[in-house]
Amino acid sequence: MTRITLASPDDFEGFRAAVRRLIAAGAPPESVVWQVAGADDDLLGNDAAVLANGPELRVAKAFPDLARRVICNRDPERFALLHRALVALQSRPKLLEDSADPLVRRLDMLAKAVGRDVHKMRAFVRFREVPDETGERFAAWFEPEHHIVRLNSGFFIRRFTTMRFSILTPGLCLHWDGETLSYTPGATRADVPDGDPIEATWKTYYANIFNPARLKIDAMTSEMPKKYWKNLPEAELIPDLIAGAARRTRSMIDASQADAATGPVATLRAEASACQRCALWRPATQTVFSEGPGDAVLMLVGEQPGDQEDLAGRPFVGPAGQLLDGALAEAGIDRARAYVTNAVKHFKFEQRGKRRIHAKPGIAEIDACHWWLDAELRAVAPKVVVALGATAARALTGKAVTISRERGRGTARPDGSELWITVHPSFLLRIEDPAAAALERQRFIADLRAIAARVAALA
Amino acid sequence: MAHLDTREKLAILADAAKYDASCASSGTSKRSSVGGKGVGSTEGMGICHSYAPDGRCISLLKILLTNSCIFDCHYCINRRSSNVRRARFTVDEVVRLTLAFYKRNYIEGLFLSSGIIGSSDYTMEQLVRVARTLRLDHDFRGYIHLKTIPDAAPELLEEAGLYADRLSINIELPTEAGLAKLAPEKNGTRIRGAMTGLKTAIDDNKDARKHYRRAPKFAPAGQSTQMIVGADSADDSAIVATAHGLYGAFGMRRVYYSAFSPIPDASAVLPLVSPPLLREHRLYQADWLLRFYGFAVGEVQDATDDGLLPLDIDPKTAWALKHRGQFPVDINRAPREMLLRVPGLGVKSVNAILRVRRQRRLDLADVGRLTRGIERLRPFLIAADWRPLALSDRADLRATLVKPAAAQMELFGS
Repeated sequence: MTRITLASPDDFEGFRAAVRRLIAAGAPPESVVWQVAGADDDLLGNDAAVLANGPELRVAKAFPDLARRVICNRDPERFALLHRALVALQSRPKLLEDSADPLVRRLDMLAKAVGRDVHKMRAFVRFREVPDETGERFAAWFEPEHHIVRLNSGFFIRRFTTMRFSILTPGLCLHWDGETLSYTPGATRADVPDGDPIEATWKTYYANIFNPARLKIDAMTSEMPKKYWKNLPEAELIPDLIAGAARRTRSMIDASQADAATGPVATLRAEASACQRCALWRPATQTVFSEGPGDAVLMLVGEQPGDQEDLAGRPFVGPAGQLLDGALAEAGIDRARAYVTNAVKHFKFEQRGKRRIHAKPGIAEIDACHWWLDAELRAVAPKVVVALGATAARALTGKAVTISRERGRGTARPDGSELWITVHPSFLLRIEDPAAAALERQRFIADLRAIAARVAALA
Repeated sequence: MAHLDTREKLAILADAAKYDASCASSGTSKRSSVGGKGVGSTEGMGICHSYAPDGRCISLLKILLTNSCIFDCHYCINRRSSNVRRARFTVDEVVRLTLAFYKRNYIEGLFLSSGIIGSSDYTMEQLVRVARTLRLDHDFRGYIHLKTIPDAAPELLEEAGLYADRLSINIELPTEAGLAKLAPEKNGTRIRGAMTGLKTAIDDNKDARKHYRRAPKFAPAGQSTQMIVGADSADDSAIVATAHGLYGAFGMRRVYYSAFSPIPDASAVLPLVSPPLLREHRLYQADWLLRFYGFAVGEVQDATDDGLLPLDIDPKTAWALKHRGQFPVDINRAPREMLLRVPGLGVKSVNAILRVRRQRRLDLADVGRLTRGIERLRPFLIAADWRPLALSDRADLRATLVKPAAAQMELFGS
């Protein structure tokens, strides 16, 4: 049994000197007990001195680099593992390149854990300003997992050469006065006073750079494990940020809905031209918005653009539009003075051969487009609103409506305007019996006359 | 505007900057503050000093100089017609914040962008002044990333490159049509023109430094760009093709994909849905296939279903399942290019396999020690002691490769 005592847990030079003698003496790795001064209760003693000084070992260049990192791992077996590897390297010089070898793999993992700890220390050390009589001075408290303070000192000095700083840890403390580096024994967290006002500013930054719409908590915790949180000033915000995320996202959406739906008709038309609020935009040629003055007293709401409207980009220009024009004229309404629009702004159709056959818009589409209709009602603020057909009535009342029951009379809308419901002109086009068609046309015109009278009274 | 103190401005101008995905601080020249008058170092690998609950790394102080803007881009929270609170930092405020954060080891440096105020040149000049003050007056040697204004004068871009590690111009949207629709005042041709200008300046500088070692460095961390995903109708095939073009034509160091997320006071033109985070993740994986795994654009597109990358499996697995004839791959014989095609084998694992192979044959346990787990790999590999039994012909193979959806971690459960 050979007992070796190293000066500190990361004593690479001591390890190198001892292992050189052990190999020269042919000591088998399992016969060596490695200890660290002050850390182990075993009887102290160093048998390395009695061994003959060995010759310079010839090892792969990668070995010292690997060993320097492995030594810093807190795994008590690290010295014995390195010793074993050195023995094996004497007969198999390229062993280290065999990352799949269990011993090499083990050493690689130890070194990797140290590398990760080194990286996390560089990331998560948080300095506080603790000024003294000579000016600016900084101190930090950090709890590394491995014995990495010495290994990592160069980084902090290269980065903060002109600063005076200390990094206190439970095992070892590092001090840089701008010119020289010194170490003192471990300290406690209370040795670093708090009260740096910049921490509040940093937290402000942290809270605001976070996007609540994309919560990915495990991505955060895999890179910033909770064990580090207690020494990160910003981490105390995390629970509240997560708890408030859903609410903040909702308010972002609400705010956007509330605000975007205002503005003059011209703005709405421009924005609606790129509308993708439902899937109808894909096959359609274009958004068919409205026609007519932005301050009209009368607003006519149809169902949706048809084949010809879709191509022209204007509402009510096809056969139903022509019928509407005639009926309006007969009822004494000037279409040019009315605001004419549709409940749904894109043409919904089924392709049959070369023909595009009108398809009735669904509730989801009506609701998606309701956004625009609402905005139009706010922008135009008409006194009389006319729903032409069931789709428009659904869009304006929010429920299914039986037209025959509702037609012929106005009802008050919450915004103070008057809602009239009548048939859609295309309904008249679909009646095959000429006598019945003529009768329905007269009923339609009668509705429009009543509406005209209300418009005249309210204008 | 009411008087705002620095913290109030920081709240507004960090909030406005959070939609930019890039926070990288890596890949620049090696520097330290030894022998200097200030602080700062860069050592190749960037450092993420914190992580927000959105999973994004916080490496740089990422802020806007101002969120006022004369442009009206639909996807942007800072668009002219938006109703957000406006603020503007002074040059000195940004400099002081950067140094105060840096000295406390909160950040690697500064990522500064800005809304357009006055003119493009004026805005760019302000950005350059911040960088110049940090570098010349304070001898700051940390990382600086400046977002470049496409229309600014070439002299300003040249000066920016002397102080900044990285310059970037956002392509914004994957297609020209998307740009026309959502950012009508931006011009794809001008954006690409500015990228070409940067590439030329970066290449010229590299060339100059070959001949004169003391020639000042120009943007040593190169240029990058960002695309918003999910705001327009471009599919993954189109996005991958655009990204490939950007890497090729402009020597981009990185193309960032940013899942469009609802923004306060958004334009009504945009879809109001949760940001497609998984899609964004798959696009990054596809990007890596292009850059590190030797996949051609067509091959990545081949991994899509009608233009969209599958969400339940990664693009490399998707490609492998469509090309089962090329598997299993013999771990002891296959060339590097083919090993890189095996789902579950990363670049590091492949390099390790090649190193070990020079000494001996690998069995399945060896592969297990070099990777994150052998189960997913089995169907695709032949090792010294392993040959899959018709596994690669199994119809249910895809189902076995889908990771069960991980339950969200219960962080603050009582």
